[in-house]
Amino acid sequence: MTVRLVILAAILVWLASAASADTARVVYIGVEGDPHYEPRPVYTGLSLKDRKRPLEGARLAFAGTRILERATGVRFELQELLLDDASRVPEAVRSALQADALAVLLDLPEEPMRAVLEQGGKGLLFNIRHIADRWRGPDCTAAMLHTQPSRSMLADALAQHLRYRGWTKILLLAGDSQEDRDESEAVRRSAEKFGLQLVAERKFALTNDPRRRDFSNMALLTGPPEHDVIWLVDADGEFGRYVPHATYYARPVVGSEGLQATAWHWTWERHGAPQLNQRFRRLAGREMEPGDWAAWAAARAVIEAVSQTRSVEPSAIADAVRADDFALDLYKGVRGSFRKWDGQLRQPILLATHNAVIGLAPLDGFEHRFHTLDSLGVDEPESRCTK
Amino acid sequence: MRLCGFLAGFCVVAVPTALAQGSGVAIVANERSNTLTVLSPDHTVIGQVDSCARPRGMHFSANRDEFFVACADDDQIAVYETATRTLLRRIRNVPAPETFDLHPDGRRLIVSNEEDATASVYDVQTGELLAEYETGEEPEGVQATADGRLVFVASEAANLVHVIDLEKDEVIADILVDTRPRRFALSPDGKELWVSAELAGMVNIIDVGTLQLSADIRFLPTGFRPEQVTPVDLMITADGSRAYVALGRANHVAVVDVQRREVLRYILVGKRAWGLELSADEKVLYVANGLSDDVTVIDTGTLEAVTTIPVGRVPYDVLIDDR
Repeated sequence: MTVRLVILAAILVWLASAASADTARVVYIGVEGDPHYEPRPVYTGLSLKDRKRPLEGARLAFAGTRILERATGVRFELQELLLDDASRVPEAVRSALQADALAVLLDLPEEPMRAVLEQGGKGLLFNIRHIADRWRGPDCTAAMLHTQPSRSMLADALAQHLRYRGWTKILLLAGDSQEDRDESEAVRRSAEKFGLQLVAERKFALTNDPRRRDFSNMALLTGPPEHDVIWLVDADGEFGRYVPHATYYARPVVGSEGLQATAWHWTWERHGAPQLNQRFRRLAGREMEPGDWAAWAAARAVIEAVSQTRSVEPSAIADAVRADDFALDLYKGVRGSFRKWDGQLRQPILLATHNAVIGLAPLDGFEHRFHTLDSLGVDEPESRCTK
Repeated sequence: MRLCGFLAGFCVVAVPTALAQGSGVAIVANERSNTLTVLSPDHTVIGQVDSCARPRGMHFSANRDEFFVACADDDQIAVYETATRTLLRRIRNVPAPETFDLHPDGRRLIVSNEEDATASVYDVQTGELLAEYETGEEPEGVQATADGRLVFVASEAANLVHVIDLEKDEVIADILVDTRPRRFALSPDGKELWVSAELAGMVNIIDVGTLQLSADIRFLPTGFRPEQVTPVDLMITADGSRAYVALGRANHVAVVDVQRREVLRYILVGKRAWGLELSADEKVLYVANGLSDDVTVIDTGTLEAVTTIPVGRVPYDVLIDDR
């Protein structure tokens, strides 16, 4: 049940009412009217990149607990809270944790997210939305874990694939939004990390102005110098969708179009993924998106910790989830655990086109001194998270 | 072998002289090419049978005249004649069967229904659904005890082993095990149940008397990281001395001293080794390698791979007609 409550007092009563000695409770908190989930129609009203609230991902994890209840005697419960007023989010998080919720899944815009982090305190918080590295870096907090891969992990996965294929000369074609600039920075870091060469870096613009054709003419944008692959950075997507098959050289496009790095894909066919996708399809009537997977993984982490420890004590669960030997089945073939230094879920990354998974990173041959999965993203020595 | 006259309407039942020896052929279910590959005793491909959608687990009938194939993608169990590999009948409306075990009574087939979180019991003669039990998500391995009283079902997603008491007609215990339990092997004395925990890289041992975990065995072939070791199928020899465990992505089969709970040897096989089958004399071990589309044959005397035979796409399970 999703509760939309306007009066904070009512929220607090509702959150506290569910507290019980043998209940394992996880609270999802989102904001009503969140622009992130507003439709994003493009020209002529087409819907290409609309996002779905990942509630069904969390619900799917809880839908599978009935038999676990029989086995453990613990009742599992997901409380879903959509707040009208984003400024009330920190208080709602505090109330949930005070009422012994084992974890709070945060599906929040940046501002309330920042407010929650500034509030500090103990407890288990999951970022199930943001891929930005700063939440795992300078803006990190000890209470926060992340089940979405970071931008660095996604860029590293794609860079590994290019390295593996020997496509080492890259043309970086990027937009100029803040998100595109962050993404371009991640591409540069990954290229350096895996020995790829950025032979040219070009900005594009959505314009037909002949005086600005350097930024819009596809032949000029994708022409010499010679390159093996075009790495496209376009979070908006309106320019990028016209790039593949329209380039000066016959070169593949990766990044925002073509081959993309992603936490999850609806066609992933190994490691039990067809069953997870099928269960999600039955529950939600649509395909499982990376956001759904991140919400599912966060909820599953808590459920798994309860089942391993047979406890519903919040600090015991928080410790179990963060333990080095924590083993979460990610349906990506390798057990998942959380990095000590920044709370990031270690996970393989899928490299997928619109209808097939082409590779799974870390690819063969990319090693790490402790954990192969840590060849993706920000490693301990480089981490800027100090909390 | 049975020969039936087309027009005369009679049948001649010919009893093979080498009774209960079988033909020695091995049958491999290829889940991605929807075929069965037939291998001769000298390890060459002698036939390929178009099967059903996503054939996975297989099992012989009690007298071994027939064998059953779980067809995961078209919700049925196909029943074949062993001697000819021709389709005899189908048990229909079995939701997404993955694998199964035959009850010692030879009549009841206990099936894990991967997408429905149930274990169901069918009459292999009539195809009738006799019973159904709730399991955790993604039930996989099924194992009936020799006395026929208990059935164990592993739930991959819930990390549980369910214990079904068929006489009481209920699930009497749910045992928490390590991450992603897949398959079972029972010790010949029936006292120990081994279950592979795929993502934990180990085998959990359950004491059948108390239904409690009693020990673990971990695996780590040289040159591999723990996370690459993903055990699936396992077998214990008839004398209870030795076990074989297919280590999945670690591309090896582990040979285990059962009493000492020690790994004696790791044998290199193909990619993502899952399915195992021992010949009747236990001198030969077949290994289905899911990601290299082949079957490795191991000499259990020397503990070395003898040959590797290309089969269909994504081989899952092997049966040997040699008893």
